[in-house]
Amino acid sequence: MIDTPTRVQPDGAVASAPGAVPTPRAASPRRRANRRRLGLAGVRLAVVVALLAAWQLCVNAKIVDPFFWGEPRGVWADLQDWVTVGTSQGSLGDQILVTLEEAVLGFVIGSILGIVFGIALGRIHLLSEIFAPFLKAANSIPRIILGSIFTVAFGFGIQSKVVLAVVLVFFGVFFNAFQGAREVDRNLIANARLLGASRWRVTRDVVLPSAFTWILASLHISFGFALIGALVGEILGANQGLGLLIRSSQNNFDMNGVLAGMVLVAVIALTAESLITLLERRLLRWRPPQTHGGAAIE
Amino acid sequence: MAAIELRNVTKKFATADGGTYTAIEDLSLTVEDGQFCAVVGPTGCGKSTTLTLVSGLERPSRGEALVHGEPVRGIDTGTGFVFQQDAVFPWRTVLDNVAAGPLYRGRSRAEAAALARDWLRRVGLSGFEDRYPHQLSGGMRKRVALAQSLINQPRILLMDEPFSALDVQTRAIMSTELLHLWDQTRPAVVFVTHDLEEAIALADKVVVLTAGPGTVKAEFEIDLPRPRVVQEIRLDPRFTRLYGEIWEALRAEVAEAYARTTRVAGVAS
Ligand SMILES: Nc1ncnc2c1ncn2[C@@H]1O[C@H](COP(=O)(O)OP(=O)(O)O)[C@@H](O)[C@H]1O
Ligand SMILES: [Mg+2]
Repeated sequence: MIDTPTRVQPDGAVASAPGAVPTPRAASPRRRANRRRLGLAGVRLAVVVALLAAWQLCVNAKIVDPFFWGEPRGVWADLQDWVTVGTSQGSLGDQILVTLEEAVLGFVIGSILGIVFGIALGRIHLLSEIFAPFLKAANSIPRIILGSIFTVAFGFGIQSKVVLAVVLVFFGVFFNAFQGAREVDRNLIANARLLGASRWRVTRDVVLPSAFTWILASLHISFGFALIGALVGEILGANQGLGLLIRSSQNNFDMNGVLAGMVLVAVIALTAESLITLLERRLLRWRPPQTHGGAAIE
Repeated sequence: MAAIELRNVTKKFATADGGTYTAIEDLSLTVEDGQFCAVVGPTGCGKSTTLTLVSGLERPSRGEALVHGEPVRGIDTGTGFVFQQDAVFPWRTVLDNVAAGPLYRGRSRAEAAALARDWLRRVGLSGFEDRYPHQLSGGMRKRVALAQSLINQPRILLMDEPFSALDVQTRAIMSTELLHLWDQTRPAVVFVTHDLEEAIALADKVVVLTAGPGTVKAEFEIDLPRPRVVQEIRLDPRFTRLYGEIWEALRAEVAEAYARTTRVAGVAS
């Protein structure tokens, strides 16, 4: 039993590479990778600075009209103003929190509903036969339009935004979970059943983890959808939030304000994206490292 | 009473164009308790299908599948199954993979883990409890699959070309280990392979199937003494004689299956 050609090093090197590089030497490539990443970040920063400088120069040279297109200096001034003095609707923190709350609630509720319905319909053939046409029809509606209905039905508060975000998130997650539940390796299901798993245990222990690869891929895009839902809802009618801030800047023909709002939204979206990537790394720990999702475009 | 009995089973599958495809036809097979039966036949002759009928994953279109005299109705958890492709759960650690069976059968978490550790020791995987399957070699994953199945002490063990993805040396070693493990609990085994040497080295009985639709062409008793060491038994003159005899029966079927696929390919191209 011990004398197999597939022995593994005690330090935990991968089994298929018995002569793997020992740990001390492995530090060098890692340092090189770190240096490379730092270099990349530097270049990216330089690109941003160059673009902003070019924009500002074009404005200064009167090639670009800041009334229509804004200017970096003005955007920066607006941001500073919002942070130090506050916005016309109250403190900037409150605006961010309101939008964030709507987006996160919409994201969580929409994702859970999408996963539950997707897995259920993927597992239970009869359910999918009954409901598939309805879902396809619902999916073909341009969902942003629903925002107007929700604003009228649920009012100017947080509710109408959350509902819109839920609707936007739901379909993406649903279709991925459904597909994921359908694509589960049939051998794995057969194996679990032969080992004695009930239908529910098969769903929980085999279908769900297997579908998670698909589901996580959709979650990356979904937070973006949730944010869009919250912002559009606010633009359609609200008392607070970043969407309203953008809307009132637009009403005042303050393009710098609109752009400053966009910058804040982008920061939120990127932060959420990196949190989701962290979650993904954790949940998909069992996969070989090179296939970790989200690693291709960091 | 036989452990496994297939009585004139036929299995037809619906094809995409609305017709039916007969995978096995009028196949009869008996495996006694504690007997190691190897099934050989050319690719596509219905070997895997035969196993799915015994395990209850599929129902016969005609005929009957019996296990310990009872007709097979649905999946029988007294049957162990080792799949051709990896069927260990990639998101579970080695320990959790092996502990799955006892857990599903109502053992407590601690009991299941203790049992799993014991079986990992028996298949030579102590120290790898916390690895994920992708961190193991192909041979080690097969050991996990074996332990996962044997931990439930099945009275019937079905194996579908379990070692076909392994290199020749690992395969011989694994075969010897399999015999050793089998000897501890002596379930009735149906071991499907397309490798005649492997079949003779392992089995008490070798069944040759015809090119699809599969049916039994001939059965051979293998009277080589046990315990056997797979790596060495090939040198035994009795092995060579059996090999010649069985190959005589198998050759025509392999040639037929090959001719069929090349003909089809020829038409298609
Ligand atoms: N679920 C299925 N649906 C349709 N055809 C199938 C199915 N399973 C197997 N077959 C066909 O039945 C034949 C026998 O398959 P199989 O039992 O897997 O052969 P073997 O294991 O001997 O290679 C093959 O031609 C295969 O294409
Ligand atoms: Mg097969």
